[in-house]
Amino acid sequence: MTGLPHAKHHIDKTRRQFLKQAGIGVSTIVLGSGVTLLAYPEASARSPDQPASSSIRWGLLIDVNKCTKECTACVSACSAENGWKLDGDARVDAQWIRKLEVKNPETGYQASFPVMCQHCEKPACVDVCPTGASFKRADGIVLVDKHTCIGCRYCMIACPYQARSFIHQPLSNQKSHAPRGKGTVESCTLCVHRVDRDQQPACVASCEKDGKGALMFGDLNDGESEISKRVAKFATRQIREDLGLDPGVRYQNL
Amino acid sequence: MARTTYTSLKNNNGLFDLLIILHIAIIAAGMVAVWYMEHYGHIVTGMSNKIIWGTPHVFAIFLIIAASGALNVASISTVFSKKSYKPFTRLSGLLALSLLAGGLAVLVLDLGRPERLIIAMTTYNFKSVFAWNIYLYTGFMAIVVVYLYAMMVKNFSWLSIPAGYLAFAWRLALTAGTGSIFGFIVAREAFDSALFAPLFIASSFVYGLAFTIIVLKIVQATSRTTIVSPQMIERFRILLITFTATVLFITIIFHLTKLYASKNHDVEWFLLASGNIYSQIFWLGQIGVGILAPVLLLALWRKDININRLASACLLLLVGGVAQIYVIVIGGQAYPLDLFPGMEISSSFDDGQIASYTPSLPEILLGIAGISIAMLLSGILMRIMPFLPEGETV
Repeated sequence: MTGLPHAKHHIDKTRRQFLKQAGIGVSTIVLGSGVTLLAYPEASARSPDQPASSSIRWGLLIDVNKCTKECTACVSACSAENGWKLDGDARVDAQWIRKLEVKNPETGYQASFPVMCQHCEKPACVDVCPTGASFKRADGIVLVDKHTCIGCRYCMIACPYQARSFIHQPLSNQKSHAPRGKGTVESCTLCVHRVDRDQQPACVASCEKDGKGALMFGDLNDGESEISKRVAKFATRQIREDLGLDPGVRYQNL
Repeated sequence: MARTTYTSLKNNNGLFDLLIILHIAIIAAGMVAVWYMEHYGHIVTGMSNKIIWGTPHVFAIFLIIAASGALNVASISTVFSKKSYKPFTRLSGLLALSLLAGGLAVLVLDLGRPERLIIAMTTYNFKSVFAWNIYLYTGFMAIVVVYLYAMMVKNFSWLSIPAGYLAFAWRLALTAGTGSIFGFIVAREAFDSALFAPLFIASSFVYGLAFTIIVLKIVQATSRTTIVSPQMIERFRILLITFTATVLFITIIFHLTKLYASKNHDVEWFLLASGNIYSQIFWLGQIGVGILAPVLLLALWRKDININRLASACLLLLVGGVAQIYVIVIGGQAYPLDLFPGMEISSSFDDGQIASYTPSLPEILLGIAGISIAMLLSGILMRIMPFLPEGETV
């Protein structure tokens, strides 16, 4: 299990601010009543009843130069982590993440890299969803509420990245942290269940362990995070940046 | 002009019973198809993660567009004060309601989770053009019901004019909203055009009037009466030509504006000139069967037009209409998303590949069941309530 030094730094910083503010409140309560009412658990991750913070914007940086065509560690890890698998029918198989091969026909330049939900700042899928089942968390993670998705698939029509899949048949043996349901739409959750426990998404962890460390996860809003420093230092691009959706997934050396 | 007397549909030769049985059988087949799709999942259809919306959506959109257009005859009477259309205003409103009900039924029954319709009716994302359309559809139904009530109940006749104006404005918004479902999709080159709104409005005039005329023909055959005068047949003939020419004009402008941008050359070639199934359906179905043939026939029949000829031209217009929506909906999705313009892309998800699609039987049955739902509803209501002008017995 790999920690998140850059993310941890931010969480520590915000926790310190929170404790400072809370301390003022607590001292007021103590002065007023003479009884200490509050205690803070020493949790290392966001507690389930605590909302995601809008001061964070989770993102991915993918260094295309480090990504090799043969390696599919990120795809395998996502599949194992979230319980989807390829059954050999590209038409209907769910694919939360896929390796894309790109070739410039004029220059011969080739590259191979993963594409998943781009966790846009202005996600088209969220805009078009009639029920609000597609939503963006305060920390930038785009998700589907499985309870309110009616399976209209308008989000799939609107997504420029073909990042969403519709579940075409009944499923069994699902992961409790990644519920899936026939007749609803799904996509990469950025391993939100892991992120909320201060862990990296499975694709990033596996790329670090079994690949070449081409994927980096972190808080794009935190100027001190490694991902922010890299994005500030090197030229990166977003897929279809012309659409103005401001994806949270950035590509380096593409 | 003499005051119109309204009556219910007479079943003088058993044709009505036959049609009712036929439509019930088709609807039953459609419901079996729905059960099959919902039980096994959409894997039993031709739809996929590439062709996300399939044949049911083609029929649903076609019927919804037709519904707004079916109100045209009533609007011509109420809003544009053409009294000769007044005898058909009730039928016009009834068809608008029934066609919309048929289209919405197909749309809802194709949902991945149709049992969650209540969520769609109670939980809205107001930025979604789909959510706007839910309001536009339900609002349209409510307004047309009031409009019909005002036309049919003597003490409320004062309400028919304002309700008619409101219904006319609402129907334009509804069709524009339906077109915007595609127009707002900037990610797909085949969609992403504001011209979808006027294109769908013009198409609605054609589909709606064509349905109205075919129903009038069936009504005459069923009741063995004549309710469409030769003068009205001639007016309908001219209207059909005018509306169809308008659709052709906007279609030409639509593709010219697309072709003006270099980035759209590939998708336009794909849809219009590649010789694939979509370009064939465009030229043979939409343009040939749906525009040129009926307009030519209607022009040639100028001196000896009759209801049978008019209805046969309308059938061609409707077939062409389905072809038009098929090319827009399916063809627009079959063309691959361009993640990296100018680059060749491939993946296990078939990126960069033209998506294949074969309509499955359940999809076709569901789509046609939508038409039958509309016809069954209007047929039964016509039979029990006075929606039709009194005709001359043949």
